[in-house]
Amino acid sequence: MAKGVWIVAEQRDGALRKISFELASTARKLADQTGDEVSAILLGSGIESLAAQLGKYGVDKVYVGDSPALEPYVTEAHAAAVAKIVKENDPAILLLGASVQGKDLAARLAGKLATGLATDCTDVKIADGKLLAVRPMYAGKCFGEIVTGSNPQIASLRPNVFPVAENAKAAQVVKFDPAVDAAQLKSKVLEVQKDTSGKVDLTEANVIVSGGRGMKGPEGYAILEELADTLHGCVGASRAAVDAGWRPQKDQVGQTGKVVSPNLYIACGISGAIQHLAGMSSSKYIVAINKDAEAPIFAKADYGVVDDLFKVVPELNSACKKLLA
Amino acid sequence: MNIIACVKQVPDTEAQIKVKADGSGIEEGQIKWVMNPYDEFGVEEALRLKEKNGGDVTIISVGPARAMETIRTALAMGADKGVHVCDPVLDKADAYVTAAALAAVIKGMPYDIIFCGQRAIDDDSGQVGAILAEMLDIPQLTIITKVEYAGSTIKAIKPIEGAQLLIETALPCVVTAQKGLNEPRYASLPGIMKAKKKPVDVKNAAALGIAVEAKAKVVKTIPPPARAAGKIICGDDPAQKAVEVARLLREEAKVI
Ligand SMILES: Cc1cc2nc3c(=O)[nH]c(=O)nc-3n(C[C@H](O)[C@H](O)[C@H](O)COP(=O)(O)OP(=O)(O)OC[C@H]3O[C@@H](n4cnc5c(N)ncnc54)[C@H](O)[C@@H]3O)c2cc1C
Ligand SMILES: Nc1ncnc2c1ncn2[C@@H]1O[C@H](COP(=O)(O)O)[C@@H](O)[C@H]1O
Repeated sequence: MAKGVWIVAEQRDGALRKISFELASTARKLADQTGDEVSAILLGSGIESLAAQLGKYGVDKVYVGDSPALEPYVTEAHAAAVAKIVKENDPAILLLGASVQGKDLAARLAGKLATGLATDCTDVKIADGKLLAVRPMYAGKCFGEIVTGSNPQIASLRPNVFPVAENAKAAQVVKFDPAVDAAQLKSKVLEVQKDTSGKVDLTEANVIVSGGRGMKGPEGYAILEELADTLHGCVGASRAAVDAGWRPQKDQVGQTGKVVSPNLYIACGISGAIQHLAGMSSSKYIVAINKDAEAPIFAKADYGVVDDLFKVVPELNSACKKLLA
Repeated sequence: MNIIACVKQVPDTEAQIKVKADGSGIEEGQIKWVMNPYDEFGVEEALRLKEKNGGDVTIISVGPARAMETIRTALAMGADKGVHVCDPVLDKADAYVTAAALAAVIKGMPYDIIFCGQRAIDDDSGQVGAILAEMLDIPQLTIITKVEYAGSTIKAIKPIEGAQLLIETALPCVVTAQKGLNEPRYASLPGIMKAKKKPVDVKNAAALGIAVEAKAKVVKTIPPPARAAGKIICGDDPAQKAVEVARLLREEAKVI
C-alpha cells in the first residue's frame, strides 16, 4: 500500500533553495498527521553533502541520486530519476515546489506516473486520510479543493507561502542509481545566462516595490529602486509599464506575468486592474500609493496613501531608513 | 513542417467569477469567452514558423460547442485546419484527460512541433503541455520566450528564477508559450471570411478511445478568502503620511 510523504528537493549551483525547506516543513506536518515518514529526493551532481540540511526541517530519509547527467536540470533526466525511485517505494504523497523547475517536473511526473497533480497550492491538509490540496484558480478569483484518486497524490506548493519550521532529525541518507545516461538525453542546456543584478527573483522576494503607469517613464523607477534597496526587496511592474518598455518582462506581476507572495507588496502608481491583482493578492501585506482615491488597488490594500507617489515614496524611503538604522 | 497549436477557450481576463452556491463550480452565464492568452502566443509562433519554413498549422481544442469559435479565431489568424474534440463526458476533464484526448488526436497525424500555452488562465494548472509530451514520448520545453528553428532541432530561451537558459532540443517536441515569445496578430477581415471555409474535424471521446475519469478532481470550488478592510492614511502632508505607513509596517504588520 502506498505510504509516506515525499518531497522533491530543489538545489541549484550546489545549494538547496528555500522552497526545499518549505517543502520539508510542510511534509513533516502532513506526515505527523498520518503517522508516516518524510522522505526527500535530492538530485544533481556532487550534491550528497546537502542531504543533511534537509534533516533539520524534519526529513527522515534522503534519497540521493548523484550523476553528471542530472546537472544542469533537464526535464527528461530528472523525471526519469524521480519516477524510478517513486515506483520502487510507492509513496502516498509527493510534494514539489511551484518554482519554474518544480512546475516543469511535476507536470511531467503526473504524465509519467499517470496520476493527479494540484499545481501552485496555497494550502495542503489531510482529510479522510487523503491529501486535500487548496489552490487558486481563475487567477485567484476563486479557489479549488483538489483530491487525487491515485498515488502518488502530487501537489506543487507556491513558493513563499508555506512556513519553514525547524524540526531536527538525523536524516538517513540513501544513495540510489538514477540510471540516466547523459548521451541519451534529447535536450541540452547550452548556456546559462545569469542575471547579474544580484537580486533574488520576484517569486522569492520578501518585499516587492512595484510601479505602474503612474511612474511616468523608466527614470521614475529610481525612487522605487532606492526604497527596495532600503527594504532589501526587489522592484516589480505592472503590464502597462512592461509593455511601454520601461521595465523588462521578467518584472511583470499579474495574470500574464509572475504570481508573487511577498510579505510586503508596495504598489505605486498602479490602478489595480483585475489582471494585476491576480498576481499579487496572496501577498501578506499590501500598501497602495496612488493619487486617485477611487483606484481599485485600495480595496486590496492593508494601508493606502492617496497622494502623489513622487512625493510619498522618497519620504517613505527616509522614514524606513530611520526605523531600520 | 507540420505544426500543431493546442488552444483552450477560457473566460476573458476581465470576467467576474462567481462561485455556485453549492460549491460545484462557477456560474458561466455572464462570461465572455476568449482564446487563452498564452495560446495566442503559441498560434502566432506556429504561423511564423510556417511562414518561414513552409508547412501546415493544425489547431486542436478540447471543449464544448462554443470552443469552435476559438478554433475559428485561430483559423482566421492564418492556421490551416482544426480538430474539435467535443463531448459532454469531457466537461469535467482534468489536465490528464485533456492531454490524453490531445495525444489521441495527434498520434494519428504527422507533427514536428506542438505549441501549447504555458498555462490556461481558467484552471491555471500549467500541466497539459508536459503531460502531452510524456504521452507522445517526446521532449518538452516549458515557459518559453524565444524559439529558433534549426532543422532537426530547436533552440529556445527559458527564463528561470534569476537567469535565462538557452536550451537545445531534438524535434519533435512540445513548446509551451510564455508572454514575450511574440506579439500575436489580429485576425484580418479576409482572414475571418476564409476561416469559415477551412476544415474542422469534430470528434467525440469514444472515437479517440480514451478514459475520461479525471485523476485530479476539484471536489469543491470556494470564493477567495476575504481581505479585511484596509486603512487609508489621512492627512495633507505626504511626509507625515509616509512616516505613519513606515510606523504601521514596523509596529503593526511587523514586515520591515
Ligand atoms: C489578457 C490580459 C492580460 C493582462 N495581464 C496583466 C498582468 O499580468 N499584469 C498587469 O499588471 N496587467 C495586466 N493586464 C493589463 C491590465 O488590464 C491593466 O491595463 C494594467 O494592469 C494597468 O497598469 P497600471 O495600473 O500601471 O496603469 P493604469 O491602469 O493606467 O494606472 C495608473 C495609475 O497610476 C496612478 N497615478 C498616476 N500618476 C500618479 C502619481 N503621480 N502618483 C500616484 N499615482 C499616480 C493613476 O491614478 C492610476 O491609478 C492584462 C490585460 C489583459 C487584457
Ligand atoms: N481543453 C483544451 N483543449 C486544447 N488545448 C488545451 C486544453 N486545455 C489545455 N490546453 C493546452 O494546454 C495549455 C496549458 O493548459 P493547463 O495545463 O490547463 O493550464 C493551454 O494553454 C493549451 O495550450
